[in-house]
Amino acid sequence: MSLGKLLERLIQLIPVLLGVSLIVFVMLALTPGDPVQIMVGEQAITPEQEAELRRDLGLDRPMVERFFLFIANAVQFDFGQSFYHGRPVADVIAERLPATIELSLVALIVALATAIPLGVLAAIRKNSIFDRLATVGSLLGVSLPGFWFGILLIMLFAVHLQILPVSGRIGYASEVPTVTGFLLIDTLLAGDFAAFGEALRYLILPAITLGLPMTAILMRVTRASMLEVMRQDYITFAEAKGLSHRRVIFRHALKNALIPTVSVAAIETGSLLGGNMIVETVFGWPGLGRLVVESIFLRNYPLVQAAVLLYAITYVLLNFVADILYTVLNPRVKL
Amino acid sequence: MTVLLEVSNLHTEFHARAGLVRAVDGVSLKVSRGECLGVVGESGSGKSVTFSSVMGLVRSPGQVTQGAIFFDGRNLRDLSREEMRAIRGRDIAMTMQDALTALNPALTVGEQLAEVLEAHDETLPTGRTARRTAIRDRSVEMLGLVGIPSPEARLRQYPHEFSGGMRQRIMIAIALACRPKLLIADEPTTALDVTIQAQVLELISDIRARLGMAVVLITHDLGVVAEHCDRVMVMYAGQVVEEGPTDQVIGAPCHPYTRGLLASIPRPALRGQPLTPIMGQVPDLVGLPPQCRFHSRCPLAQPQCLVEVPMRDAGPGRRSRCLRLEEMA
Repeated sequence: MSLGKLLERLIQLIPVLLGVSLIVFVMLALTPGDPVQIMVGEQAITPEQEAELRRDLGLDRPMVERFFLFIANAVQFDFGQSFYHGRPVADVIAERLPATIELSLVALIVALATAIPLGVLAAIRKNSIFDRLATVGSLLGVSLPGFWFGILLIMLFAVHLQILPVSGRIGYASEVPTVTGFLLIDTLLAGDFAAFGEALRYLILPAITLGLPMTAILMRVTRASMLEVMRQDYITFAEAKGLSHRRVIFRHALKNALIPTVSVAAIETGSLLGGNMIVETVFGWPGLGRLVVESIFLRNYPLVQAAVLLYAITYVLLNFVADILYTVLNPRVKL
Repeated sequence: MTVLLEVSNLHTEFHARAGLVRAVDGVSLKVSRGECLGVVGESGSGKSVTFSSVMGLVRSPGQVTQGAIFFDGRNLRDLSREEMRAIRGRDIAMTMQDALTALNPALTVGEQLAEVLEAHDETLPTGRTARRTAIRDRSVEMLGLVGIPSPEARLRQYPHEFSGGMRQRIMIAIALACRPKLLIADEPTTALDVTIQAQVLELISDIRARLGMAVVLITHDLGVVAEHCDRVMVMYAGQVVEEGPTDQVIGAPCHPYTRGLLASIPRPALRGQPLTPIMGQVPDLVGLPPQCRFHSRCPLAQPQCLVEVPMRDAGPGRRSRCLRLEEMA
């Protein structure tokens, strides 16, 4: 991996971010609803007060000027003040980000840990009952809407069986000092295993809901690439060498079959961001996704713009990670 | 010479959508210790499937349905999966047509060599460091044996970093790592340039002499057979049609198919004249009637050939599946 390539990627990021900013800006402007009206609500205020509020929020200037002002500030990492929090947008986002990253990572781990073994098993038992069930299951997994599946899980495990919490994150109740913002890490750092278990309990249902579509996709990719690899001559040759079945499957086949799986996983991680908005809302998870949804309803322009930029950067970086992983797993390819 | 491999009446069938394909239909053969047997036939004649059956590597939907495969005194068809695994790679090794696809692209050459030693070699020391050193030394020795320069450094490289000829040598080194008693070389030269072909065949002959192993050379090149094999077996449409000592079979073939194969080889002396092809096509293996399979393409065919023809003695050590072999001399 050369420095030049890295630089090239970073430069590629610039037009992407500019484009994304413009689209978000225009779409927000076209969305009906006026932030000032929403903010004021039922209160009776004079037109003078309203004009002042509008000036305070910077909404009295023409749209083109607002856009360039936003870009000029964003370049300096200043995303303005949140309309509602009265604090810099960057601070508000930074506060919510760890909860979202933690949820996404756990969802990713859950997805990988179930999809890869299931995909391999489905491939080596091709056309068996298990394979058929897995295929139907993965079709369901992609098609079930997250909000619906999440509510089903809540009804079953939280309401009916009462073994897992309904919603929220242990955060509010816990006494664990915040170091990283990731509860699973902070509780361990504090040596509080009870709190760690509690944090995990809160994570299970949202992580499964968030990871389900990804699990389904990754399982199908793993199965397909495993079947493809098992037909290759080098598998026959490995068998002709008298290696154990396990070694042929895991060392010879899986190492090659994982190349597409890992690339798809890295790219699909980006789609977890979108899923986060729904899942966090359903499970009352205090993360960025829910914050963005709330902010959209409140027409909190600065926050939505900053968050979408962050999503775009993450997405591009994840694609980059996918490329790097591809070269790591595949010795024939060099970046 | 004692017999190392004896296959009798082997049947391997594939359940295809069009019907039952008898890819190997009653093949019997013998390979003595240290001997080189050439197996000749066009694509689809069943030569590769015969030896996949010997290795126990026929893929679904294929299945060995009948016959016995005696190797070193044991019937391989009676062995458990685990016993068969222990024989593969240790006693019977195989090389494939194209080393580019037969070597795993994601593993280093060193790892692919080491794992076969790891799987079979009981003389390796048990201590971890000693074992690793021993495996490394053996790997370096094997790469040296097949003529790879600076083997030590090349163990860390991946297959794609080698040339075609070098890859073929590496595959041979892997196959020979455990000093097998029998090497099945499936079209070892087809994927190579002509100059490299000769080198690879020399290498196999040379190592065969040095290790005293038997070799089955599957090929469709009669020239290769003439130069390297003690005996030759010609296959057509899933059956053996002729077998015998190489010089006799090539000098005086006693099956019309062998004769046709020999006639279709270009010769410098006949430059400018058209080649003599065997007319017609290999028959479809689905639902073949029990009669001479070469009948439809045979210049000597007679109405009485429309019966099932057994292998018949055609002189000392020679057999042919032709009713009219006496007329061919």
